[in-house]
Amino acid sequence: MPDCDVLVIGAGPAGLAAATRAAETGASVAMVDDNPHPGGQIWRAAAGKAPQDAARWIHSAEQHQVEWIAGARVFAAPAPNRIAVEKFDGELELGYRSLILATGARERFLPFPGWTLPNVMGAGGLQALAKSGLPVEGKKIVIAGSGPLLLAVAKYMKEHAADVRLIAEQATQSALLAFGLRLAAHPGKLIQAVGLRAALLGIPYLTSCWPVAAEGKDKLEAVTLSRGERTWTERCDYLACGFGLVPNTEIAALLGCRLSDGSVAVDEQQQTSITNVYSAGEATGIGGLELALVEGEIAGFAAAGASARARTLFAARDRYRKFAEALEHAFAPREELKALPREETLVCRCEDVTLGRVRSCTGWREAKLHTRCGMGPCQGRVCGAAVEFLLGWKSESVRPPVFPTRIESLTRTEPPA
Amino acid sequence: MGKSYDVAIAGGGIVGAACAEECAAAGLSVVVVEPGPVGGGATAAGMGHIVVMDDSPAQIALTNYSRTLWMARAHEFPADVEYVSAGTLWVAADAEEMAEVERKRAVYEAIGVRAEVLGPRELAEAEPNLRPSLAGALRVPDDAVVYPPCAARYMLQRALERGAVVRAGESAAQLSGAGIKLRDGSFVPAGIVVNATGAWAPSLTPGIEVRKRKGHLVITDRYPGFVHHQLVELGYLKSAHSMTADSVAFNVQPRKTGQLLIGSSRQFGAEHGEIDANMLTRMLRRAQEYMPALAALTAIRSWTGFRAATPDKLPLIGPCPQDPRLYLATGHEGLGITTSLATAKLVADQLLHRTPAIPVEPYLPGRKQAEHD
Ligand SMILES: Cc1cc2nc3c(=O)[nH]c(=O)nc-3n(C[C@H](O)[C@H](O)[C@H](O)COP(=O)(O)OP(=O)(O)OC[C@H]3O[C@@H](n4cnc5c(N)ncnc54)[C@H](O)[C@@H]3O)c2cc1C
Ligand SMILES: Cc1cc2nc3c(=O)[nH]c(=O)nc-3n(C[C@H](O)[C@H](O)[C@H](O)COP(=O)(O)OP(=O)(O)OC[C@H]3O[C@@H](n4cnc5c(N)ncnc54)[C@H](O)[C@@H]3O)c2cc1C
Repeated sequence: MPDCDVLVIGAGPAGLAAATRAAETGASVAMVDDNPHPGGQIWRAAAGKAPQDAARWIHSAEQHQVEWIAGARVFAAPAPNRIAVEKFDGELELGYRSLILATGARERFLPFPGWTLPNVMGAGGLQALAKSGLPVEGKKIVIAGSGPLLLAVAKYMKEHAADVRLIAEQATQSALLAFGLRLAAHPGKLIQAVGLRAALLGIPYLTSCWPVAAEGKDKLEAVTLSRGERTWTERCDYLACGFGLVPNTEIAALLGCRLSDGSVAVDEQQQTSITNVYSAGEATGIGGLELALVEGEIAGFAAAGASARARTLFAARDRYRKFAEALEHAFAPREELKALPREETLVCRCEDVTLGRVRSCTGWREAKLHTRCGMGPCQGRVCGAAVEFLLGWKSESVRPPVFPTRIESLTRTEPPA
Repeated sequence: MGKSYDVAIAGGGIVGAACAEECAAAGLSVVVVEPGPVGGGATAAGMGHIVVMDDSPAQIALTNYSRTLWMARAHEFPADVEYVSAGTLWVAADAEEMAEVERKRAVYEAIGVRAEVLGPRELAEAEPNLRPSLAGALRVPDDAVVYPPCAARYMLQRALERGAVVRAGESAAQLSGAGIKLRDGSFVPAGIVVNATGAWAPSLTPGIEVRKRKGHLVITDRYPGFVHHQLVELGYLKSAHSMTADSVAFNVQPRKTGQLLIGSSRQFGAEHGEIDANMLTRMLRRAQEYMPALAALTAIRSWTGFRAATPDKLPLIGPCPQDPRLYLATGHEGLGITTSLATAKLVADQLLHRTPAIPVEPYLPGRKQAEHD
């Protein structure tokens, strides 16, 4: 017996929208997320402090009796139509008729000399830490990398009285101008972007600019930046880096869903290559909040069997997909970034493997076997995307547990006969 | 037709790599054909326990000889081979198994393998994370642990330094005593051909009695000092010995990195490499029975591998009866890391007509195999 009709993994915008829409049709719905609060990367905040549209979705999910399973990480799929979930105090198995993967994305890190120093962190990571209490007031922060996330993080830091020194965007000015023109077709986005710019008044926003080295003794003290012919050093307490996002596809891969170009492949109903498994949001490709929401709604309806209602949202999704394409195009990481790490720069920080050692191998599997690159606790979730960018190698298969999991969780359930 | 080699080896696992090194060191010209990364087959999946095992007199002779070869070379390995002389503890659960410990000690002593009996208190002191009230253990201090893929890579590297050639990314399609026909149709002529393709060997030499025996392993995050020896339940031998049922046994290994490698399972008839949730659960439960504190440790990955099993549990080392220039070096089941070095010696001894350090007859492919169980 399934425990629910529709099970949603991930409670970010896509998951919340999916769970709500599925529940509206009368389906029984459960939603799991490995965080204590719903909201995902963008809306996550201490309870009760979620932004307005987040609160609306969370509220309507509650109203429609979506069962919310917090702090629960999916790590295996022990039998058809069942997943295993680890909580801080135990393990449980959930059965479903339809599954929606709304597992979002993570930041892409690109190695450069010094990137492993304490206080060099992900842009989204620093924001998440700040949201959960890290004091940033008066701290000197340099934000570097690519994409709109840098602006969002800068705005947040500024609002919390941080001293944001500058934003280093690797994309060219002309790529951004072209992107800005396409934004004009999306009034909502334009306003958001302008609003961001306004809030940022006073923060230098430098295009074609990137970090070439982070320096410091025991922790970060300064970053050397490069822009065209010029290199200079900025003192700072934090360097927040984000070179775009990478879809989280582990669970999809574990279930055997087809992946394409690093994201979960879906059809127009957001259905994966497996009939009762759907996917929505950034797991299916990086596209921002609005696209995640509308994909979630479509997946929610479709998974609950209301495909006609899903269809009414296709036009909206098409619009946001165009935007996503423009975004991807404008902020694609430049070739020059491949020259940032030196031979002795660490690529795999779990296992301390340098670029030189990885490069001496013929492919990802050999690098893994002979250098231990990607064999540590992150299992290539950090270095995999970097190696793919630097050397063009795709990382290999996933196996349970797809995330580090306590041994007792792997043994608590009765093995199937 | 290309250059003719003295020896052409199909397979760049630890067995093929060791054979290449040994033959090249003897001055023979050697080529190795390997489609994937060096040590990417069972060698990448194995635990890397260098262990003396006493399932049969021929097994103890081979494992003991090979372990001696490992010990003699311990100092020369680069750090990434991770050779650690951790020693083995054969753990006895009760009085009956303690009797087995005594018997085992006598066998080891008779062939000069150091071994000492630990009582319950000494065992608890040696490995505080084992469950209390175990009966004792046999400690075999000179057993060791290595990281097999890098050991294979090192051996092949040494062969290359002595002039061997690797045809990387190429695959053997057909073997005969005259040479290796590659997938792309080309032919590599040789005086002697060695089939060292592990569990794949029957596809190149049809009719040999080698079956795939699947095993699962789990690796944890780093917990330095949690375990000191390779810990194996005495029942392991029963598990490895039985040729019929699926089985699991408690087998935990400390890695140089501080990680723990947890095994082991044995399954026939499973052809695919995916994780079997049922076997994994059984195996980890068994491990927790012996070591309850494992429950709270974090596992970061699991995988499977295939052992190349023969009916009498001894490898096939030497010429095929029907083609004396076609050698086999396969069928090492769960001991191919340990016995790789001895296998290489015995292969080179036979093709160079040197006197081997131990009798080769029990391992010859033409032997009559008495199936146990
Ligand atoms: C670090 C980061 C920071 C960001 N900050 C901003 C910002 O400030 N402003 C902005 O406009 N956009 C931001 N974005 C982009 C924004 O998150 C997306 O555009 C969009 O909202 C994604 O929605 P989603 O529902 O697809 O994924 P997410 O919001 O990422 O939600 C996915 C959820 O699934 C959970 N999950 C994943 N795997 C499992 C599992 N195995 N078991 C249980 N739960 C799981 C995750 O923890 C997460 O809560 C950020 C993205 C990232 C990665
Ligand atoms: C779970 C598990 C745990 C183990 N633990 C231990 C242990 O603790 N101690 C121990 O001593 N042993 C252990 N073993 C056994 C050990 O791993 C193997 O016996 C050993 O690795 C065999 O080495 P090999 O070179 O014969 O085979 P492999 O490493 O499998 O090498 C065979 C090679 O042949 C290649 N090949 C395949 N087809 C072709 C072709 N057509 N042409 C050319 N090449 C080809 C493959 O790519 C492969 O690289 C374990 C095994 C398993 C599965």
